Parts: sequence; C-alpha cells; structure tokens
Amino acid sequence: MDEGEESSKMHGKGDLRSEAHLARHIRHGERLTRADHLWRSALLSGPAMLWTTLFLLVPLVAIGVISLLSKGIYGWFSPPFTLYSYLRFLGFGLLGFDLLYPMVIVRSIVLGAATTLLCVLAAFPLAFFISGLPSRRKHLALTLVVIPLWTNMMIRTYAWQILLGPQSGLSRLLVAAGLWPAGAGLYPSTMAVYVGMVCDFLPFLVLPLYASVEKLDWIQVEAARDLGADALQTFRHAILPQVVPGLAAGCLLVFIPASGQFVIPDLLGGGKTVMVGNLIQQQFLQSRDWPFGAAIAFVAMALSMAGIWVYARAAGARADQVIL
Amino acid sequence: MRRGWWHILATALYLFLYAPMVVVVVYSFNAAHDGFIWRGFSTAWYRTLFADPAVSLAVRNTVALAVLSTAVSTCLGTMLAVGLTRYWFPGKRLVAWLIYVPVVIPDIVMAVALFLFYSMVSRWLGLLRLGLGTMTIAHITFQIPFVTIVVRARLAGLDPALEEAAHDLGATPWQTFWRVTFPLALPGVLAGAMLAVTVSLDDFIISFFSAGAGNLTVPILIYSQVKRGVTPEINALSALIVAASIAGTIGVTCLQRARRAKDPEPQG
Repeated sequence: MDEGEESSKMHGKGDLRSEAHLARHIRHGERLTRADHLWRSALLSGPAMLWTTLFLLVPLVAIGVISLLSKGIYGWFSPPFTLYSYLRFLGFGLLGFDLLYPMVIVRSIVLGAATTLLCVLAAFPLAFFISGLPSRRKHLALTLVVIPLWTNMMIRTYAWQILLGPQSGLSRLLVAAGLWPAGAGLYPSTMAVYVGMVCDFLPFLVLPLYASVEKLDWIQVEAARDLGADALQTFRHAILPQVVPGLAAGCLLVFIPASGQFVIPDLLGGGKTVMVGNLIQQQFLQSRDWPFGAAIAFVAMALSMAGIWVYARAAGARADQVIL
Repeated sequence: MRRGWWHILATALYLFLYAPMVVVVVYSFNAAHDGFIWRGFSTAWYRTLFADPAVSLAVRNTVALAVLSTAVSTCLGTMLAVGLTRYWFPGKRLVAWLIYVPVVIPDIVMAVALFLFYSMVSRWLGLLRLGLGTMTIAHITFQIPFVTIVVRARLAGLDPALEEAAHDLGATPWQTFWRVTFPLALPGVLAGAMLAVTVSLDDFIISFFSAGAGNLTVPILIYSQVKRGVTPEINALSALIVAASIAGTIGVTCLQRARRAKDPEPQG
C-alpha cells in the first residue's frame, strides 16, 4: 500500500483512521514520505542493525549449522550432516541411554529456579524498604544496590570463598554452635553456591521490582485492609497483582543468566558439579567436540528465547517492555 | 515495631550484598601468605601488586576495552534508539525484538557463538584473530541493546510538542536533533553509557572466549589466580576495584546532582 496516496486521500476525510495516518506521517512537526522514513532509518538504525547481524545473528546461525555437523580432528567440524549431537545430549549416546546429559539440563534449570526464588524472597523486603524511604535517601539506597555490580562477579565469588572457608569466623562459629559438622567449612557446598548466586543476581531483581513498587496504588492496599483482609491476603490480592510486571521482568533477568551460570557453582561448589554452562565450555576447551558444544548452546538459546516469547505473549508486551 | 523489623531485614540484606566487598578490602591488608588466616596488618600486597607487570597489563586492557567499546556502543545504540522511535521501515517490529537477543540469551551461548565465528573467519578469511580487537567487538555487540533500551525509554517519555515547535520555527531536522532532541535525550544517553560500562566490567565468560592466549583482563586474571589457589595480591587488586567502583558511583551521583541543580527539568 502506498502511503503517499493515503495521505492525499485523508485530507478530504478526516475520520479517525486518517488521524492515525496523519500522526504517523507528520512526525514531530515534519511531513515525511515513505522514502524519508526509509533512508533515515537506514542511516540511524542501519549501522547497529548491520553490526548486530554480523556479530550476533550470523554467529548464532553458524552454531545452529555446526551443531548438525560431525566432529572434526583437533576441534573443528566436518560433514556429513547428522543429528547425533542432539541425540547424545538427550541421552541417546553410542553406549545406549544414559541420564548423564539430561541431568545436566535439569540441574541447571533447578539452579536457575532456586536462585530466582531466593532472590524474589530477598528482593521484596528490599524493594519495599527503598520505596518507603524519603526521596533523597531513595536515590542513595538504590545506588547502594547497584555498586556491587561494578565489582566483578569473580571478585565477589572469590570473597565468599574466604568468608565461608573452613578457617573463617562464620564457619568456626557454626561448628562451635554445633550447627555444622566439625572440620568442614561452609565452602565448598551447595549452600555456598546459592549464597554466591543470590549475592550476584539480587540487584537484577531488586531494580525492576522496585520500579513496580514505586508505582503501587496504595489505595487498593488500604481498601483491602478496610475490608478486613489479613497481611497475607492483602499481599496476595492487593499488592502482588500490581507488582507482577516488575517481578516477572526481574525473574526473567535472573533466571536465564542464572541457569547458564557455571563459574559460581565451579568456584563455590568445589568444581564437581557439571552445569550446562561448563558442559558447553568443556566441549570447546577440553573435549574439542565443537558440534556437541554447539548443539547444547543452541538448545540453551532456544529454551531461553522460548521462555521470553511465552512471557511476552502472556504479558502482551513488546520485548523492551519485558526488560524494563 | 513493624517498621523496625523492615529496617533490620533491609540492613541485613545490604550487609549480605557488601560482605564480600568488605572481606576483600580487609584481607588485602593481611600479612599472611596463605590468604585465609589473619596474621596482622601489612601493605606488602599493594607493593607487589604495583610491581607486577601482568596486573598492570590486565588493568590497562580492561580500561581500554571498557572505554573503547562503550564509546562505540553508545553511538550505535543511541542512533538505533532514535531510528526506532522516530522512523518507520518494513520489518521494524521484528528488528525491535531481535535487537534484545543479546540481553536475554545466556552469556556462554554468545561466547561460543562468537568464538566459532571468529575461528571460522580467521581460518577462511585470515581476519579477526583472537585478541583485544575481537574482545572489543564482542563487548560492543552485547552493549548495544542495553544502550538502546535506556535511550528509547527516555525518548518515549519526551514531549513531541518540543520537536514540533522547533520544526514550526523553521529548524532543519539536523538542527532540531542537535538543539532539541539530543539535549533532552542526553540523560538517557549517559545512563545508557553507564550501563554499558557496567556490563563490560562485569563480563567474564564472553571476554574469556574471545580473548585468545595471553590477552589478560582483570576478570580473566582473577579467574586464573583463584583457580590456581589464593594469591593475596588479588585481594589488593580487588580492594582497589571496590574503591574505584565506589568513587565512580559517587562521582556519577554528584554529576547528576549538579546537572539537576543547573537544569531543574523533571527526570523521566
């Protein structure tokens, strides 16, 4: 449909539909033709789109293709095309069915889900606390949540090794109190992994949740209380529905990277647990089975994209609204 | 009473977030060699740190990488944000969706995708050998959407009447952009750049895969040291990074406050 024609027609009519076209055409006081829109888009959006296509979409398509090829000599890959890497990841390897690799997926999803849950539990009090502060202190309190992000994740994880190690005051205190087996530190352990994970991902949940809490309509909360709701009922029916957008965005921002995380489980869990992340890494750095590594990466990507898509559909939102 | 509990809980959570940073600073002054046990105050590790060529190389690389990639990604991301909010093209909605892919896919996926891409390009075309250049490219790629998200949110909140007024008063699109749109979008652009620096400094996995041999950055250096066993030198380095992050954040906050005092325009 040619927009130039549309615009000449709409001057005569002036119905609501033409109003919409007018709004699209006269952008910010300027009258723009379709061609104007196109070349300005090319100049402004073009460079970033080209960059992202070349350095992101092409590589992602490449791992899709490589995942269907066979393992080459010294890494690399070679024909023929095969689904072997995917079958192997699902447990159907050369030696018959084996749960080893499917368990890796399950473990990673559990790690992501548990981290998200713990972060949600911690983020609620923090978000409400910050939102209840006077506006000058609010800024400071939010900044304090962000500062740890500037210190690399590696440093924080390493610090937890010291804090939870067998020699640390905390470990000795718990052992002395009889709450922890003697001689063992709090690190390495599953608990240490979750401490490190929550510490690393909490800010990503607090920020979007806080944005929702700030917009909260307290009249609804008061109304619920006036109608005799107890604290739990008020939270469930008056607060929770209002903060769902921020909560869901935050959960997404935590769950996906947390499921792909492997450095923290590696450093705090004692390096015994295999996650999707280090399984992929192994294929490129040690096993040199690129198609297998590419297949796992492709599955991980497809799963996270599917998650976002389902979420976006459910929320009826665009991708950027999902993230902000 | 209830308020009191709220405060205690929030304080405990802040302590939890800051505990690792405090530990790193305290232990950087530990005289012990084996790291975990306190054996008295010493500044020896700071001296060995400054004398270590690997550390200075890593710091220089990290800073250069963050500055260069942020400069490029802020330009590209801002242009994209303006293009997407102002102008139409076929397939725009799809592009607006795809541009967020780097934000939502796991780091490791992007890391191996780029690693494979670089390997193929260098083998078949002889370009893009792993090094600081490929690391910069990788950082720019994952920074662009962060900048675009922030700038777009800012542009969406602007009053279109201001640009219309500029146009009605006879300004060219170029003049309108630089005298009206850009100054209004600037807080968003700066916030986007800040976010870009943050994700660049915080990244380990993607840098690790696109670095190649011998190209140290601070996170890579720390990872290799931590894997090998504790080096108190790393505490000193980490303490300096903590100090730099706090100083940086205070600096940015002061800048914002100064600008707000000068220009009392409501923030979006």
